[in-house]
Amino acid sequence: MTRTDVQLMLDVKAGDEASFGILLQKYRLPLVNFLFRMVRDAATAEELAQEVFLRVYRARKQYSPSAKFTTWLFRIATNLALNSVRDNRHRQMDVSIDAPADEDETPIELPGREMRIDEYMAERDRTKFIRNAIATLPEKQRVAVLLHKYEEMDYAEIARILDCSESALKSLLFRAYETLRVQLAPLVAQPVAHRAGEGRPS
Amino acid sequence: MKCEEVSRNLVAYLDRRSHSAERTEVEKHLTACLVCRTRAEEFRKLWGVMDEDPGIEPSFAFDARLRQRIAAEPHPRWFRWLIPQPRLAFSLALLLALSVWMAKLPPAENSISKTQDFEAIKDLGVLENYDVLSKFDALSELPPVQPSDATKSQSDPQNPDSGGGS
Repeated sequence: MTRTDVQLMLDVKAGDEASFGILLQKYRLPLVNFLFRMVRDAATAEELAQEVFLRVYRARKQYSPSAKFTTWLFRIATNLALNSVRDNRHRQMDVSIDAPADEDETPIELPGREMRIDEYMAERDRTKFIRNAIATLPEKQRVAVLLHKYEEMDYAEIARILDCSESALKSLLFRAYETLRVQLAPLVAQPVAHRAGEGRPS
Repeated sequence: MKCEEVSRNLVAYLDRRSHSAERTEVEKHLTACLVCRTRAEEFRKLWGVMDEDPGIEPSFAFDARLRQRIAAEPHPRWFRWLIPQPRLAFSLALLLALSVWMAKLPPAENSISKTQDFEAIKDLGVLENYDVLSKFDALSELPPVQPSDATKSQSDPQNPDSGGGS
């Protein structure tokens, strides 16, 4: 029988280190990606994800299952990410205006053999375009979109993380998707066949 | 349902998390309103576009680094609970000092209250006597006591008429 996250966390509280390992396995990838989409820097995202897990570990003795484990986990992650974004913004104000603007440090993944370099570049540009559009959203809207779209969380959970009502969240999400619809209009209007690798002549 | 209301419920409708009544209302509106219908279609496409972002993979060293950091954490010692928190320690010390100071106060007020207590105890026999207490009202009906001549002259030696007036 698979244990729920809450049961796993209660086992961690009781001193079972293996249960912490299971939670780490389960949430490492979504957490790193959520943080990466928030801070747009892979190294910072990993560092913050480590900090989230470390905080969970430190708080294990005081853990009480008052909410879903993911609500707690992503609440910590959201707070850390927002602090990091704000700190980074202050730091960026101090650096020279000659510095390259808003360069997101995505690790370079080499294209597979079946993909041509121009297609790879096109896909990379599309991904960057999408990430840039998400990054321009106001903080709260960005968190809401990431948790809704990529983490597929339910409204009640996202509302708890963002500390707002469900109806406020629905309005927030609508405004965010409306902004993205306008910003990503060239990609939205583009038929799927035009996407890299799909319209390729054989 | 108006466009504004549909906007509020559109995301929940598209990801199939709205209630059936809401769904019917939104569907009815979408059939009639081209603007909202177009928006709904573009939202669906937008979500497809957003799925193109593959995200990133955590580095191989992620777990090892975390384990290292956890191992470097200070381990809780069994006697840790004995070490009081600074605020608690300060409050306890303050409370203790206050108790000592109050205990060392001179017992001046106590002696006064003891004298008062003694007076009360002296009259307790009268105060607890039901017969006396219940007949106090009857005493008030008595005519005022006429002072004797000797008392009269003592009380007002200048005016021989005072006191015996009527």
